[in-house]
Amino acid sequence: MTQIMEGSHAVAEAVRLSKPGVISAYPITPQTHIVERLAEMVADGLLEADYITVESEFSALSACLGASATGVRVYSATTSQGLALMFEVCFNAAGMRLPLVMTIANRALSAPLSIWNDHQDSISLRDSGWLQLYAQDCQEAHDLHYIAYRVAEDHSVLLPAMVCFDGFVLTHTYEPVDIPGQEEVDAFLPAFSPYQRLDARDPISFGMYATPDYYMEFRYEMERAMQRAKGVLKECGKEFGERFGRDYSDLVESYRLEDADTALVAMGSLCGTVKDAIDEMRGEGKKVGLLNLRVFRPFPFEDVKKALSGVSRVAILDKNVSIGSKGAVGLEMRDTLYGTGIEILDCIAGLGGRDIRKRDVRRIVGLAEAGGGDIFYGLREEVL
Amino acid sequence: MNFLEWYRVDRLPSIFCAGCGIGTVINCTLSAVTSMGWRRNDVVFLSGIGCSSRAPGYIRTDSLHTTHGRALAFATGVKLAEPRLNVILFTGDGDLAAIGGNHFIHACRRNIDLTVVCVNNYIYGMTGGQGSPTTPVGARSSTTPYGSTETPFDLSELAMAAGANYVSRWTPYHTKELTAAVKAGLETPGLSFIEVMTQCPTGYGRANRLRDVKEFMEIFRMRSMLKQKADRLLKEGKPVPPDAIVIGEFVRRSRPVMGRRG
Repeated sequence: MTQIMEGSHAVAEAVRLSKPGVISAYPITPQTHIVERLAEMVADGLLEADYITVESEFSALSACLGASATGVRVYSATTSQGLALMFEVCFNAAGMRLPLVMTIANRALSAPLSIWNDHQDSISLRDSGWLQLYAQDCQEAHDLHYIAYRVAEDHSVLLPAMVCFDGFVLTHTYEPVDIPGQEEVDAFLPAFSPYQRLDARDPISFGMYATPDYYMEFRYEMERAMQRAKGVLKECGKEFGERFGRDYSDLVESYRLEDADTALVAMGSLCGTVKDAIDEMRGEGKKVGLLNLRVFRPFPFEDVKKALSGVSRVAILDKNVSIGSKGAVGLEMRDTLYGTGIEILDCIAGLGGRDIRKRDVRRIVGLAEAGGGDIFYGLREEVL
Repeated sequence: MNFLEWYRVDRLPSIFCAGCGIGTVINCTLSAVTSMGWRRNDVVFLSGIGCSSRAPGYIRTDSLHTTHGRALAFATGVKLAEPRLNVILFTGDGDLAAIGGNHFIHACRRNIDLTVVCVNNYIYGMTGGQGSPTTPVGARSSTTPYGSTETPFDLSELAMAAGANYVSRWTPYHTKELTAAVKAGLETPGLSFIEVMTQCPTGYGRANRLRDVKEFMEIFRMRSMLKQKADRLLKEGKPVPPDAIVIGEFVRRSRPVMGRRG
């Protein structure tokens, strides 16, 4: 049933319908509305789960990890500094191959303190072994949770997953969201079937020492699982489309790219603005299109290369920066398109909640056409 | 003494909600600080994250606004590198007792020469009123919609047990006593912990039918019980009412101190 609801509540509904047994979270803006709603659902008996109020994000993810190791579906949500505090546990969860699912309400990192949106938080954990999905609207934020659980828990994957959606821009925005029924969700997402779990009758140990003779193979197995996740994501996305009418079988979304000369590349809620700007520019005869990276980990090299095979240039809107290098998306794109001759412009933009408007998208297309070098877009020169 | 010159007046009005107690806590703290005769560049304020942690932003001295719960760790570095500085922290129950609990007990154990002013408003205020480690049993919050079931921390008892040299608890109703307590804290070598049970009409009050600040003040007036009286009742085997707010000086002693100059 389609309802008008806040993005955070749309995510909470997806979590309720996914039936986790344990939820553990610590309050941090702008994630709070998700976990407040879940606390209410648990208190009202709408969701049979243990809701653990912990003393820090470190504890929140640790409690989820412990619960997951016993064979229970788990959920947490955080953002920014909270995710930074979870850094250690994130690597542990992935290394122990526990399929945790966590929502990231994307927000900038301190210092200076900012509660506003960019992608620096989740991007900073791109190397942790978690799948990373980025939602462009509240409906996608809802849907991607089912897919995240399915793929993470698939025995050929067994890696944790982050569903990232933009803080405030989506968490606090009301949109029409189609909420499926419990039976429909159950049919798509059956109960968690752990590959292995803590069981006193058949004892196993998670996270023990791996000497130099073994460590690399563990990491390689994670890499292989991440590569297999591409196929599983496509299959689950296709099945989701058949069941619910919204297809996620592509790891990337192509918008008006068929005959485009210039492709914009973006992630998250910014894609909506970019599409509007593209429609306007198309009306003026400019051949522009968008590549929306819905999946950042595993990085869909083949799909990106295929989708961009016809373009002459690419302009990337990177809402993050690896200080001392470039934006994370820019780096992946340069790797993917190496040797194709496609020109690449990497724009670091929208950090700390700075708005990116349609006119900015147009200007960035102009900069790409003019063949300029990588930039921080839209700097206020007067305060530098 | 006039402490207005210690205020960043250009930063006013503050972000604090109408009826918030943090303004009173800042005023009492600055009143105590100025009565010490210190100059502004003798003092550094630190804070973590949360409503109370915004306080240094309104004070015209050097300050470090650090990560959630960990201002004490940053402050330890400041104090040991520059022992001549008088280091004062603003923190809250969510900041200090939850995510920063470990730093809190170790700072008390080391007895570092700092003054910690803790605004205990029973809730995570800045993020919208979630239950914290000091939310009373039965009190409502946005994560305990039918009342908290967990036993809360008694932060002053915790500080005392962990080794702080000076511990005192007051409320914004007791402004003179609070100011004197902060001053005593500043004068006592070692870690001084001043806990201020504070009204939060927006976060805590909204969930617990306490939106009216006058009502809150009335509670602070009626339910406060001096530490000496609570101790006497316990000694006589009589019960201390469970909703009593035990106030007063908990301890003033001279355990070995870290970070004291000279």
